[in-house]
Amino acid sequence: MLLKRRLAPLMLERTQPILNIERRAFMKQTLSLGALALLTGCDSIEDNTPVDRILKAMSNWNDKAQGAIFDPNKLALTYEQKDVVDPFRFNAFYGEDEVVVVAEADYKLELSGMIADKASWTLAQLRELPQQSQITRHICVEGWSLIGKWGGPSFGDFLRKVGADTTAKYVGFKCADEYFTSLDMATALHPQTTMALTFNDKTIEPRNGFPFKIRVPTKLGFKNPKHVMEIFVTNDYPGGYWENQGYNWFSGA
Amino acid sequence: MSKIGDKIKIHPLYVRIFHWINAVAMVLMIMSGWQIYNASPLFEWLEFPRSLTLGGWLGGGLQFHFAVMWVFVINLLIYFFVSILSGHYRRSMFPVTPMSILRDLGKALRGRLPHDVGHYNSVQKISYIGVIVLMLTVFLSGLAIWKSVQFQTIGLLFGGYEGARLVHFICMSLICAFIVMHLVLVAIVPSTFIPMITGWARKSAPVEKGVDHVA
Ligand code: HEM
Repeated sequence: MLLKRRLAPLMLERTQPILNIERRAFMKQTLSLGALALLTGCDSIEDNTPVDRILKAMSNWNDKAQGAIFDPNKLALTYEQKDVVDPFRFNAFYGEDEVVVVAEADYKLELSGMIADKASWTLAQLRELPQQSQITRHICVEGWSLIGKWGGPSFGDFLRKVGADTTAKYVGFKCADEYFTSLDMATALHPQTTMALTFNDKTIEPRNGFPFKIRVPTKLGFKNPKHVMEIFVTNDYPGGYWENQGYNWFSGA
Repeated sequence: MSKIGDKIKIHPLYVRIFHWINAVAMVLMIMSGWQIYNASPLFEWLEFPRSLTLGGWLGGGLQFHFAVMWVFVINLLIYFFVSILSGHYRRSMFPVTPMSILRDLGKALRGRLPHDVGHYNSVQKISYIGVIVLMLTVFLSGLAIWKSVQFQTIGLLFGGYEGARLVHFICMSLICAFIVMHLVLVAIVPSTFIPMITGWARKSAPVEKGVDHVA
């Protein structure tokens, strides 16, 4: 209850363009303080101020730094069954009453880009692949964290199976709720990155990402796309829903 | 020997550079940190007023925090290691004993703590040592939050991700308390301010008779 009350204004802030404008105006005021502190001779506080550019450059630098820090063999800590939170918290850029329900019968996972075998996959086919599961901590960009148990095919094995070019830079995701995001190849191939068909050993519910969610324990929550409809491999930076609004792209844990 | 009234150098250049970069970086880190805090408050009863936060929204706050952190950390580590190697800490901040702190605190409360130019009293010593430790801890707990998987060993020191979050918050709160106290003390003894910029101060009367710098 409390969490919801707190989240409500946040959600509004993110989805309503009107508030967005207010936020911009507010940002300009606060940014000017940063501008004063960080540099001199900044008089026009436009959309693309020197401060904005510095912050963007620093965010790109942080992508590189995190890529360098990332150890492909370092595993996220795992927890015990008793730590699992079920039902798991719902979180998206829209309210829980707007959750998309993908019909299992029509569902097909599409593959595109630098992948040799672009044949689509049904849920039944995905369920037949070898499955793995881990109990890991989901950490949200907002700061809260919860422990859950996600299971499904290893995403790295899947990419290799379909002949994805694993020397490419990015793996992108398009989702049924119009969400989109992308991962660096190293993280996509991380042994714990899973196509989560299940949550806590049960078919994952629509509110948590049915038909499946890409569970990436080495990334913040918003880098774990739900309701995945299409996966593509590319060398062109695909960005993401939140990333394009200013969240750091790499956002590794 | 220098005599009363002579100009003496009391703050080395690197300390002054560190200090002012740090003051700006610290304020930006705290204000952007409050923005991030507000996105998911640790305590129900505490939210920071929007007007005191930086970045406009969570994404902006994070951008500031993760940009300024490099300035804060690099500046802090240079100062920390140069101070150790140059003997600055050994000379200026030690020795400091519980007895001397109690004695100076007692004097301070009675308004009789002399501020001897170029020497920190025990209360100053312990609060500077304290804030330096806090800044190092806020850095380490920040690392554990920022990269909770890559730096999970550091995280375990703080009791895991949620523990590190709490430690990070407590350090921030204590640093804020330090800043308030620090500014009050500078306001009470304003003659310390210019030397922190220029490095130079006029030698005052010896401590025992220190009448001109009573805080
Ligand atoms: C605008 C705000 C600030 C002002 C006006 C200010 C002023 C001063 C002054 C005048 C001194 C020298 C004291 C003396 O010689 O007796 C000093 C030292 C010091 N201040 Fe600040 N300060 C500010 C902000 C901060 C902040 C934010 C921090 C850290 C959180 C900080 C940490 C220190 C430390 C550690 C020293 C001792 C430095 C050394 O000798 O190595 N100050 N400050």
